[in-house]
Amino acid sequence: MAAGADSDEADRARRFRDLALPHLDDVYTLARYLLRDGADADDAVQECYLRAFRHFDGFRGGPIRPWLMAILRNVCRAEFARRSGAAAAEASAELPDNVVPLWQEPEGSPETELIRQHDADTIQALLEELPGPFREAIVLRDINDLSYREIAEATEVPVGTVMSRLARARSMLRAAWRKSEIEPRLEGRSP
Amino acid sequence: MTCDEASLLLHALVDGELDAGHAREIEAHVKDCARCAALLRDTRAMSRALAAPALRLKAPPSLRARIDASLPSPRRAAPSRAAPSRRGLLQGFAMGSLMSGALAAGLVAFVIRRDDDQRILGDVVSAHLRSLQDDHLIDVQSSDQHTVKPWFNGRIDLAPPVVDLTAQGFTLIGGRLDYLDGKPVATIVYKRRLHIINLFVAQAAGPERRAVIDEMQGYNVWHWSHGDFSFWAASDINAEELQEFGDKLEAALRKGG
Repeated sequence: MAAGADSDEADRARRFRDLALPHLDDVYTLARYLLRDGADADDAVQECYLRAFRHFDGFRGGPIRPWLMAILRNVCRAEFARRSGAAAAEASAELPDNVVPLWQEPEGSPETELIRQHDADTIQALLEELPGPFREAIVLRDINDLSYREIAEATEVPVGTVMSRLARARSMLRAAWRKSEIEPRLEGRSP
Repeated sequence: MTCDEASLLLHALVDGELDAGHAREIEAHVKDCARCAALLRDTRAMSRALAAPALRLKAPPSLRARIDASLPSPRRAAPSRAAPSRRGLLQGFAMGSLMSGALAAGLVAFVIRRDDDQRILGDVVSAHLRSLQDDHLIDVQSSDQHTVKPWFNGRIDLAPPVVDLTAQGFTLIGGRLDYLDGKPVATIVYKRRLHIINLFVAQAAGPERRAVIDEMQGYNVWHWSHGDFSFWAASDINAEELQEFGDKLEAALRKGG
């Protein structure tokens, strides 16, 4: 009887459940924002957990979320490659960080007026318009609440890159946010 | 600090990742720079909006069930959590192409900040435990704040505020000198029923901080920075009661100026 091996496996499964399952909502959240599709996100998260369990021995301790999210990103990248070449390019995190931002801050932007608070649907729509790596940076920091070091680990880039990417992501979001205040097309109130 | 530096580093400030020195520089910079002040204000507003619970999605129950079914079922019920071990601090740390040398120095500092906090938290709990074990709880025994406060004169480089919270259910029992992070700190000792609360008071090293409660090794630690002082209160009373202690102390100190 391989009772010892069985109980080792059960022990390993229990440890994995205890550590990884509490973060299911976080991993799912990231998948939804990265893939922008519910069914694809379900599949990606399931595949992520399967892979994570298979490679659980390779987890070296510390916070488990960055490790899970790094696996999820690899799954999502494969999904993008399957979808199309253009989308795959977007999913790649190897975007050069010294390119000029797509949205420059508009000249003479209002500096006295506080930006308006949007409802969740509008914010979600604004986020979805950001290019992948920048959307990802904001989701990991502001929604998943990972520290810079954890984001660096999850996205496999240096902390300095995390910081500059986040700065540019927020500058894009801010510009889109202000623009949406002028043209509220995202709120879907067209007659 | 230049606008280029400020517009990058203010994100770390908003995210609580910036060291105290740079935080002060940014705060000084935005006083004179409307553009960076607006960026800071908007970044904070966006961060708050993005923290809305509605943006954090819930995995569908069907997905949870699918994943649960795909894992081997647990045989033994006894839960044992793997002790979290901290990774090497600056593991894999390198600079992005955008960073100047000056910024790089700042980055190293902000990356370390969280672990400083963790180390001081460890010091606070150790000092609290030591005070309970070594018969070294109190150097000056008095329930009179006007006796405890002057006792620190000449013994330490700061004049800690000493407030009597007896009427609020926290009895002042005395004071002593202790050490946090290798530096002497004033320690004011309170009692709640049979429980000891050690309040450590040090010269503030950073910007004002809202009160937070941390837990370490089963002890609760309340931390607050206000004016010239940083406060840590450690005790085995529950978090709600320690919060109450903190609130009462905050109120008394704000009133007293």
